[in-house]
Amino acid sequence: MRCLNRFGAALVLLVAWAPLAHAFEITPVTSPGGIKAWLVEDHKNPIITVEMTFLGGSSGDPAGKPGVAYLASGMLDEGAGELDSTAFQKALAEDSISLSFDTNTDSFSGTVTTLTETSDQAFRLLRLALTEARFDAEPLERVRGQVMAGLRSRQQDPNRLAGRVWWKAAFPDHPYGMPRQGTLTSVPMITGDDLKNFTARTFARDRLFIGVVGDITPERLGTVLDEVFSALPAVSASPPVQDIEVTFTGDTMIVERPVPQSVVIFGHRGIARDDPDWYAATLLFEVLAGGFGSRLTEEIREKRGLTYGISAYPLPLDHSALIVGSVSTVNERVAETIGLLKEIWGRFGADGPTEKEVADAKDYVNGSYNLRFSNSGAIAGVLTAIQRENLGIDYIKRRHEIIEAIAIEDLKRVAKRLFRVEDLTFVVVGKPSGLKATRDAPEPES
Amino acid sequence: MTSFLKRVSLPGAVIVAAALLLIMPARAAVFDPVHFTLANGLEVVVVSDHRAPVVTHMVWYRVGSADEPRGKSGIAHFLEHLMFKGTDKLGPGEASRIIARIGGNENAFTSHDYTAYYQTVAPDKLDIVMGIEADRMVNLRLSNDHVLSERDVILEERRTRTDNSDPAKFGEQVNAALYLAYPYRIPIIGWEHEIRQLSQDDAIAFYKRWYGPNNAILIVAGDVTAQAVRALAEKHYGPIPRREIAERDRVDEPPHLAPRRLSMASAQVGQARFTRRYLAPSHAYGAREHKLALEVLTEILGGGTTSRLYRSLVFETKLAVSAGSWYAGDDIGPSVFGFYGSPADGKTVADVEAAIDAEIAKLLKDGVTGDEVASAVKRLKRSAIFARDSVTAPARIIGAALASGVSIDEIESWPDRIAAVTADDVLAAARAVLKPERSVTSVLLPESSK
Repeated sequence: MRCLNRFGAALVLLVAWAPLAHAFEITPVTSPGGIKAWLVEDHKNPIITVEMTFLGGSSGDPAGKPGVAYLASGMLDEGAGELDSTAFQKALAEDSISLSFDTNTDSFSGTVTTLTETSDQAFRLLRLALTEARFDAEPLERVRGQVMAGLRSRQQDPNRLAGRVWWKAAFPDHPYGMPRQGTLTSVPMITGDDLKNFTARTFARDRLFIGVVGDITPERLGTVLDEVFSALPAVSASPPVQDIEVTFTGDTMIVERPVPQSVVIFGHRGIARDDPDWYAATLLFEVLAGGFGSRLTEEIREKRGLTYGISAYPLPLDHSALIVGSVSTVNERVAETIGLLKEIWGRFGADGPTEKEVADAKDYVNGSYNLRFSNSGAIAGVLTAIQRENLGIDYIKRRHEIIEAIAIEDLKRVAKRLFRVEDLTFVVVGKPSGLKATRDAPEPES
Repeated sequence: MTSFLKRVSLPGAVIVAAALLLIMPARAAVFDPVHFTLANGLEVVVVSDHRAPVVTHMVWYRVGSADEPRGKSGIAHFLEHLMFKGTDKLGPGEASRIIARIGGNENAFTSHDYTAYYQTVAPDKLDIVMGIEADRMVNLRLSNDHVLSERDVILEERRTRTDNSDPAKFGEQVNAALYLAYPYRIPIIGWEHEIRQLSQDDAIAFYKRWYGPNNAILIVAGDVTAQAVRALAEKHYGPIPRREIAERDRVDEPPHLAPRRLSMASAQVGQARFTRRYLAPSHAYGAREHKLALEVLTEILGGGTTSRLYRSLVFETKLAVSAGSWYAGDDIGPSVFGFYGSPADGKTVADVEAAIDAEIAKLLKDGVTGDEVASAVKRLKRSAIFARDSVTAPARIIGAALASGVSIDEIESWPDRIAAVTADDVLAAARAVLKPERSVTSVLLPESSK
């Protein structure tokens, strides 16, 4: 640990991870004003990337108005402070500054990428976007029109349709069942005040995680953090989101569409990110669905040519947990594919993985971890994710040991707990032959 | 959905690769590659970047779907899939299992002009993946069972990408209308009726005709030195003998004499869309002297929210919710300069088309200003700096360029050359390319608008 400046400049801890020691170091920075960020300093290219995540996303949209957070994400670079939309866009373009925002179910994120020479301007524009967005009528109607066009263009896409039906079925009376981008009925009702309320209650320092990569020193970053974020309120005021269990019990829902290939989404309840068995679960999914060599890909794609791709993964949310997978196959072979999938799922739950599968999965999961650090945006993303999940500053080092320590008995126990073939629920969009629906598909929000 | 991304190919991949190349070519010392050729003709490029303990190893073959024999559409992409089905030494899928066990990721893709295979691994595993890739360069061994089940996989892939999507099917029709003779008219994945007839013999014949060290480019990027790569390349690829490989044999496009127009209405389409494509020169085909000016032109017309088309159609007149242009002249054959726009609520495709035509007419009459050119050039040059911020992007950019006949010098001098483009050059290029008789206009409509 070294203290850089006792007169209140950045307070800096230097932590070097064993597996990455020769590659990069993560430096936690605390600004004079007390704002924290993790930094990977890298002066090879004159580029700085800042990623920030606020807790609170589309699940906090007002009842009956899905799409507020999403519309806000498209409006933050459409005018702020003294700059109207045109002036703001021109300022970004002239300096080749890339500034973007996006909303997830439970979080809202922003990324700015800038050359070092234009970084003062980039940080000024970021501050304006976060603290003084204008939400003027002209850009609001324009961006609303773009969101509506996006919704219309995806309305009948088989993959999107399957996704909307799936989420509605999993969460019939919860914000998680609503589309993140809003609906054709909700988006027209969203007002500038809705957007202002969203940003005012979400953009706060107590739920903010920042990752920075590139050509910036800890000292300068300390100053920048205060410039950009100190005007935000200390405490957020987002509405609480209720915890909810997925109660799927093995239904099959069919949405008929005249396409040659059926899109199938499947899954059931899952496992929370902070569950002690989480890491065992990730290894199990590597064995079951980790691409080539995994059970699903080998049996369904490689041996039988039933599909181009099959996936399955645990999807933990802040207030629920799911397992979700998808596969697409020609209508005539949907029943066969689903039958095979159930058989593999049931057997995997009952018996768990083999010793060899576990050894291979551990080798892959540990060996491939570093591959993700291949550009600034990816590194910044990992920095914010580790903070957001509260995994601790030594996570990258510990992760290897956590994975190695998982015993096969634990994996068999967790497999029994996790894979519940009797609950496996299917949404099928297409014209599957020989497949019976056991309940009606819910009308997705539109 | 990670497994879904495995072995990507096709229009998606083509557009991505082309767009990267358009935005990202470098100035000297941007990628700073080391470039050499082995005695057997294998070209090798090394881009060192020691930020993270990661290397990307890619082999690009100078062959793509546009080199397929008549009636065998899809064979280049089919072979790409079959390259994972084993060699004399390794059984089907065994290489993939080895790569997973050493913590590596791998994939491959096919475009009109090239086919590429890659692995990303820790630096000390480069030896292993190079051994695997060198082995399958000449020792592929197939069994009919694997070939037939993989053909089913590809038919499923075609359904996923194309047959399930009316917009994608329409895209195939439009492309076939734009190119009258040039093989880009055929979809990379192939026509379904031809895919169904592809055989093991077809794949092996294509493999033997095109795969070999003297028709390949090896790119290694990341935490590695050129010396180390040279030693490993000599060890694994060096012993492979040169093969007899024919020149690419492509037909020329005949004169285009009449504008073409296609429209399709579909219940799958919720939002109308207008598109206009003009046959355009590439770095290697047609009036190639216009290529750089066309890159500047599309930045002025269609480069984001400050571009002419967005300002006029979306911001000022509010006729459209989106509008822009695209151009990527990195193909071996004729490229496309395109325009697109989607009407705003209450407006029609005809409104959008008229407005785009008016912008084109204004451009052809008055040209562009010096300020517009200067601003576009500044942004394009800066994009070359951003391209350095990745281990994999430089490998992809350089590989796609070399496989399409662009030289390293051309990549590295691109910022200087783009900076030399003048407003007069842009006007001359626009007048040469934007001719109605060389265009295809396409309109995609919701079924209710029929």
